[in-house]
Amino acid sequence: MTEAAFYGYRRRDGRVGVRNHVLVLPVDDLSNRTAEAVAANVPGTLAVPHPYGRLQYGEDLELFFRTLIGTGANPNVAAVTVIGIEPNWANRVAEGIARTGKPVESFAIERHGDLRTTEMAARATARMLMDASELEREPVAVSELVVSTKCGESDTTSGLASNPTIGRVVERLVERGATVMFGETSELTGGEHIVAQRMATPALREAFLEVHRRYLETIERSGADLLGSQPTQGNIAGGLSTIEEKALGNIQKIGRARVQGLLAPAEAPTGSGLYFMDTSSAAAEAVTLWAAAGAAIHLFTTGQGNIVGHPILPVIKISANPRTVVEMSEHIDVDVSGLLRGELDLDGAADRVWEMMRRVSAGRLTCAEVLGHREFAPTRLYPSA
Amino acid sequence: MSIDQQVPPADPAKAVRPAFLVHDPGDSVGIAVEDLVPGTAVVGHVLTGGLDGGVRVQVRDAIPLGHKVALRPLQPGEAVVEYGEIIGEATRAIEAGEHVHIHNLRSRRWAR
Repeated sequence: MTEAAFYGYRRRDGRVGVRNHVLVLPVDDLSNRTAEAVAANVPGTLAVPHPYGRLQYGEDLELFFRTLIGTGANPNVAAVTVIGIEPNWANRVAEGIARTGKPVESFAIERHGDLRTTEMAARATARMLMDASELEREPVAVSELVVSTKCGESDTTSGLASNPTIGRVVERLVERGATVMFGETSELTGGEHIVAQRMATPALREAFLEVHRRYLETIERSGADLLGSQPTQGNIAGGLSTIEEKALGNIQKIGRARVQGLLAPAEAPTGSGLYFMDTSSAAAEAVTLWAAAGAAIHLFTTGQGNIVGHPILPVIKISANPRTVVEMSEHIDVDVSGLLRGELDLDGAADRVWEMMRRVSAGRLTCAEVLGHREFAPTRLYPSA
Repeated sequence: MSIDQQVPPADPAKAVRPAFLVHDPGDSVGIAVEDLVPGTAVVGHVLTGGLDGGVRVQVRDAIPLGHKVALRPLQPGEAVVEYGEIIGEATRAIEAGEHVHIHNLRSRRWAR
């Protein structure tokens, strides 16, 4: 396997990103309009609208702040303009991001209105964009990368070929000292005992099983029958026979790597190695949580063709489905369908993904980026007050 | 056992197109990557083991693409292994080459 160099932007906090975005980040739904106006006035910057940020409280509010601050703090971001309806929460988000040492400006719409806020914020954003445009990529070590992984619109080809391919890539990343995050608590059900065996310590094993038990309790309380109906009729038609088999197809994405730590949603890992984050299995929500935790590259396998992207986290799509790679070719960055035809083995397929990861780090745009997929979907724990 | 009938490794450029794939050398099932026809002898690859078409099986049932074929005989109650892990147990005796699915395999985790 070649070890050609990865590239990245080394930020003041030491973390490495592969993109150089200048973000305009609204703190709340009311500020989306102004954030988008600022980004429209300063082409090359990116607004990240979302429908939340008012009357949230407790653990849900903490997760919301962690998501916004983490997104701004992500090393793929060079500078951030924060805009909120009132100054307290806007400043709280801005101060959280500023701890990374990157340029941050904060604006409140109250006492100024949309139009004056737009002008003030656009002037500050333009200055930060000019400064960011002078930053350059440099060669970085694989050990400096933070990568997340998920599968979506999975089918037989996912568990058979594309997920084991990512498993090989994850093993290589972990061997080289990189940081990798996976999650999808719901999708591990039936195979949670196997993930538990991968935990590095007995304490981690207990903590992981507790996270999974809490998930099962939440489902039971809702009265939903998500478990008794697994695998689904569609899964069975596709050849999956048991819930263990379905979960194992998903778990292939971590290969034989050991899990070094557990993360709360949007919590940044503190060391290298493989981390499990308690996430939804909904694509945009999970990717948003990993971006907030500092992932610089995301590896996403799909069978039937999930098209998710993220505003600041390049999502590399990998598929082994021979129809999907043709019919949805504009969405698939890496075609590993050769595994099914005996043209590739797992190491050969992993080489392809590795090389695409390297090229994306050097600046190649992903399918999701080129097609404008910028899904930003903060996770909510319960409704606003 | 049919799984042990080794075919000489092929030049990757002349790779054998497999009829099924096996995740782990110890697995008791392979996954069809084309519709398998009863009465035919087919070859498969172990995904971790190169492209040598190293596993052979005599197909006994019609097995659709994406479904499982038994690589060796299984006793009632015996663990069925895929990905090197237990995916359930045989509910009756299964011969090599048979279709393995919900009619002869059940979960050890959840009752359906």
